[in-house]
Amino acid sequence: MARNASLVAGGGSLWAYLLNQQAHANNNAIRPPGALAEKDFNAACIKCGQCVTDCPYNTLKLATTGESIPIGTPYYTPRDVPCYMCEDIPCTRACPTGALSPDLNKIEDSRMGLAVIDMESCISYLGLRCEICHRVCPVQNKAITIEHHPRKTSKHSMFIPVVHSSDCTGCGVCEKACPTDEAAIKVVKAEMVQGKVGEHYRLGWKNTGEITQKFKAPPRKKQTKNKPAGGLDYFNNGSNDELIEGEIK
Amino acid sequence: MSEFNQSIDQSQAKAAGEKLKLGPNGKPVRPFVMPKTFWEKLKVWRYMIYRRILQLGILLLFFGSAHWGWSLFNKPILRGNLSSSEFLGVIPMADPFATLQIFLAGHVLHSSVIIGALVVFAVYLLLGGRVWCSWICPVNMITDLAGWFRKRLNIKDTLRVRRNLRYLLLIMSLALSIIMGVAAFEWISPISILHRELIFGIGAGWVFLLAIFLFDLFVLKHGWCGHLCPLGAFYAIAGKVAPIRISFDKPTCTHCLECVHVCPEPQVLDFKRAGEIGMISSGECTNCGRCITVCPENTLKFDLRHKVQSPQKFSKLKVVSQNSQKIS
Repeated sequence: MARNASLVAGGGSLWAYLLNQQAHANNNAIRPPGALAEKDFNAACIKCGQCVTDCPYNTLKLATTGESIPIGTPYYTPRDVPCYMCEDIPCTRACPTGALSPDLNKIEDSRMGLAVIDMESCISYLGLRCEICHRVCPVQNKAITIEHHPRKTSKHSMFIPVVHSSDCTGCGVCEKACPTDEAAIKVVKAEMVQGKVGEHYRLGWKNTGEITQKFKAPPRKKQTKNKPAGGLDYFNNGSNDELIEGEIK
Repeated sequence: MSEFNQSIDQSQAKAAGEKLKLGPNGKPVRPFVMPKTFWEKLKVWRYMIYRRILQLGILLLFFGSAHWGWSLFNKPILRGNLSSSEFLGVIPMADPFATLQIFLAGHVLHSSVIIGALVVFAVYLLLGGRVWCSWICPVNMITDLAGWFRKRLNIKDTLRVRRNLRYLLLIMSLALSIIMGVAAFEWISPISILHRELIFGIGAGWVFLLAIFLFDLFVLKHGWCGHLCPLGAFYAIAGKVAPIRISFDKPTCTHCLECVHVCPEPQVLDFKRAGEIGMISSGECTNCGRCITVCPENTLKFDLRHKVQSPQKFSKLKVVSQNSQKIS
């Protein structure tokens, strides 16, 4: 009896461990439009592949066993086939469980990922007029805009693409079209790259009203004691000091 | 066919000079003899052939709808896979066990999956829950193959497990769904892995299926389907009330045990209980029809519950009255 109970407990915890590894592990999968947040999505998806069957561009795939993406769930690889943002969103409509939310009515509102640009390999940053990503973007001139950066003579001025998270759906048409060997613009999950400005920053160009009392910073918490900084204070003392003195001498 | 068997049996018995063994009904016990001609053999294999056609046909319909654009009235014939699907773009279907797990995992379900699960559950309430196991489930083909090899190679069990273990696994998969917040069995189900990867692209899932094949072949007879699978356990509960049953004609049964030898769930062939109510009543019966074709006396056949039950109730009453007379 005790042996059976311990076998059951052992089997159960192994099972729970496998589930934790599979369903709750971080993964970089780009999900179809309207997908719930990753954890909820993994709980809700029944892995039936109806979204895959209904995608007219063969964009979507179901993760097979052994991939890093949770088993059986739909995803796509934009560099292979991006999402072409169908207006009627057939994949989301096909979902029987609501893992792809039926509340998504306009494809422009979907957030499958966010395009990010590698400045080192983007040829626009090298001074070439490329702008392909800007031209192919389905959310034309909103998700990707071009900024003009004049430079010194002898160097071509730069026309660099800038992605705006307010409008980028993460469809990946830009990644597919990017002419570099490995795409210099890539779609990743937004939470992997997006930071967050603190709420206490006042953006002067957005706050057109008067600066009044309510813009006052909230009272600071009392600090108990200033702890000494961990790193070298190389401005005033430490090894760099000696070096500078040495140079002067 | 029975005459054919009879003549062979009698001649064999005479040749051996043995006394004929008699069954509880006083008739000689005749073993099942595989007929010689191909067409007669086909008749013995008929349910197996129907089952394979259905199992493979459904997979083919899914595959064709997904990859070759098979459609009727401009709608894909069968879209999705066995976890959840849509027939002709109208009738939703969903695995009720998977749906239950997703619900327990804490997700508010969309109406179409609920309707789909109810549709499928209703079908199995009518046909017998474990009709899924022997007529639809693709893993059944793998475990049947393992069983076939096991019989030919005469492999003995190396492990003893109670068949009730599957109910424990059923409870565990529901409990773990609640605790972990994901559909616990659906995430590791080799059944889902098999049909999903056959329809939507093959990964490393075959490792699981090879494991099941080897387990069934070397470790435990009918190990996966008959002892472990929580989905089968789920449908076994649904199968208790199904109107389609294997009927049992007690007066003709000689207890030759041919049916028990071929049955993947031999515990359902409880002759005492079956004799009382005239049918195989356990929900664990998969309605595969193996027993029907090997029975030399035609004792077993597919029948409807109410047809079998009503006269039997009457005869049971008679038995009771006779007994009471004896007592008085």
